[in-house]
Amino acid sequence: MNTNISNWKKGVRDGIPICLGYFAVSFTFGIMAKNAGLTPFQAVLMSATNITSAGQFAALGLIGASSTYIEMAFTQLVINLRYCLMSCSLSQKINASTDFSHRFLVAFGITDEIFGVSVCKEGKLHPFYNYGLMTSSIPGWTLGTFCGVLSGSLLPERIVSALSIALYAMFIAVIIPPAKGNKILSGIILLSMLVSFLFAKISVLSEISSGFKIILLTLLIAGIAARLFPIQEVANEQ
Amino acid sequence: MSSNVYVYILVMAGVTYLIRLIPLTLMRKEIKNGFVRSFLHYVPYVTLAVMTFPAILNATANVWSASIGFIVAIILAYRGKSLFMVSLLACVSVFLIELIL
Repeated sequence: MNTNISNWKKGVRDGIPICLGYFAVSFTFGIMAKNAGLTPFQAVLMSATNITSAGQFAALGLIGASSTYIEMAFTQLVINLRYCLMSCSLSQKINASTDFSHRFLVAFGITDEIFGVSVCKEGKLHPFYNYGLMTSSIPGWTLGTFCGVLSGSLLPERIVSALSIALYAMFIAVIIPPAKGNKILSGIILLSMLVSFLFAKISVLSEISSGFKIILLTLLIAGIAARLFPIQEVANEQ
Repeated sequence: MSSNVYVYILVMAGVTYLIRLIPLTLMRKEIKNGFVRSFLHYVPYVTLAVMTFPAILNATANVWSASIGFIVAIILAYRGKSLFMVSLLACVSVFLIELIL
């Protein structure tokens, strides 16, 4: 199908910034994985099967401490629970008529970044668009890990530092255009950043892990926003 | 211990995949409830905003280059530049600032 290919191509293109950012983050992960005693194969395998930065960094600590498998499972559940919210949000973007099997593949690629880019796209979600995003971004994640394990000094620090802002810049590129001229959305974004900032600065709150903070603030702010500013036009979104 | 690493990887990959998969497969029908629909509509904006700030300020080697990169990204995003351009030019500006500093 032509629409499949064109959607896939769009996804591949939009996945390039994710690829760059992933490379920088997973490069650091690779270096740490090596220090934690993982072989290059194990590190790359972990990256290819998990694609989750915070979860993988935490896993290195747990493996180093020879934690139990239950502890590993529970830690991953807590750290990655935000994907559950993202998956809920994404489930409404996929047409009910889209073949069920696509959901199993799309689910594998629900990361902060792939979710952010795909869910904010207008209209219903085409699974092949997500496959495109995965096609260009996941190799960045695994290859970055591989290079990090192999040689931490392969890339000059300046380059890694510069690439480290790629994902955040991309998030900004995702949320700002729809907020332009939309006072409610702009307000929600500003409020979210402000509260997030307070959570980082206030000592008691800053002890909350970042994964949990994301869930807490999302439930809270999106919940209040939904109560105060219910969306009407979403119903017509096709 | 190293033989256990594969079990660790299996456990974490399994848990993480299930978290991603379960809502996506269980919530197949369109939700009619207005509150839930609105809530899910707002989720990505809150999530991404919370993840971006203030974490972006600590992403690079120093807070100044990160701030410049942040501002560059906001301006370019506001002008409707593509994800790729916003991302790339933010990286370039960080690189240039760190050359000077």
